[in-house]
Amino acid sequence: MEIAIAIITGLMIIGALYAIHAKDLLSAVIACGIVGYGLVICFLLLKAPDLAIVQIVVETITLIIMVAVVLDSSREEKFSKPDPQGYVSMTLSALILGVMLYFFIISVSSLDEFGKSTLRMAGPYIEGATEKTGSANLVTGVVFDFRGYDTLGEATVLVTAVLGVLTILRIKGKK
Amino acid sequence: MKGMTTIVKKTTQLIAGMVFMYGIYVIIHGHLTPGGGFAGGVILAGSFILLILAFGSDFVKLMKEETGSTLYENLAILTVLLLALSGLLLGTRIFFMNWMPKGTLGQLISAGMLPLYNIFVGIEVAASILTIFLALVIFKEEMKE
Repeated sequence: MEIAIAIITGLMIIGALYAIHAKDLLSAVIACGIVGYGLVICFLLLKAPDLAIVQIVVETITLIIMVAVVLDSSREEKFSKPDPQGYVSMTLSALILGVMLYFFIISVSSLDEFGKSTLRMAGPYIEGATEKTGSANLVTGVVFDFRGYDTLGEATVLVTAVLGVLTILRIKGKK
Repeated sequence: MKGMTTIVKKTTQLIAGMVFMYGIYVIIHGHLTPGGGFAGGVILAGSFILLILAFGSDFVKLMKEETGSTLYENLAILTVLLLALSGLLLGTRIFFMNWMPKGTLGQLISAGMLPLYNIFVGIEVAASILTIFLALVIFKEEMKE
């Protein structure tokens, strides 16, 4: 299973790299879709159907909206890319990459093994959730009962995002 | 906004109702099977977006729909908040208290408050996604004038 996840993750990285460098914006959007749908397969392999359903639906809606936007505006990038032979930008990016790699290696060595997390809260959640909440789906029990504050925060974030969109995308004022 | 061809319209007529029913199924069975308020809400919004993209709509109708969806969204999040507050009035006074009777495990009407939270969060998510889509379409129509 870990080999399959490694292959899919590699495909996702290739898709993301292609999305940056594609000349045609429509193919860049489709390449972005590779990342999302690859994540769906990863969730299914790791046995998380709740997350997989949410991810596949949200990815589809986002892709439809992005394709509609690209078809309506232009299919080519308007601005020119920065000069790749500038010495300052090259050295700066190499420096930042080195520093990031150093911290990445430090943090990876202190992580747990893959699939063996040692969270203290996971045990009581799995054992007592069904009796305490009465719901057959354990994820819903945790999301709406034990972690109710988190869910309320998520819903509020969505409302705030809609308010922001409505404020920005208004040319004429409402009377 | 213009509609699409006859083939797309007919297929949409056949499919949109089924997508809507599937979204309601995912929301209502959220405490029994995988899924729940968030996933079902986005599926519901998807059926509306499918209809608008296929059939097109004029500007006045879009503005009316946007007013309605913002109203539904705000009322739904308010109801979730009131349901959570109702735990403060009863029993041991805990926010997000599950004070309704639990029922038997695995039946459709069970698990106390969880189905109610699922339904109202589903309405809220569906209305939010639809509102964002409508705002983008209205912005495009306004740019043309």
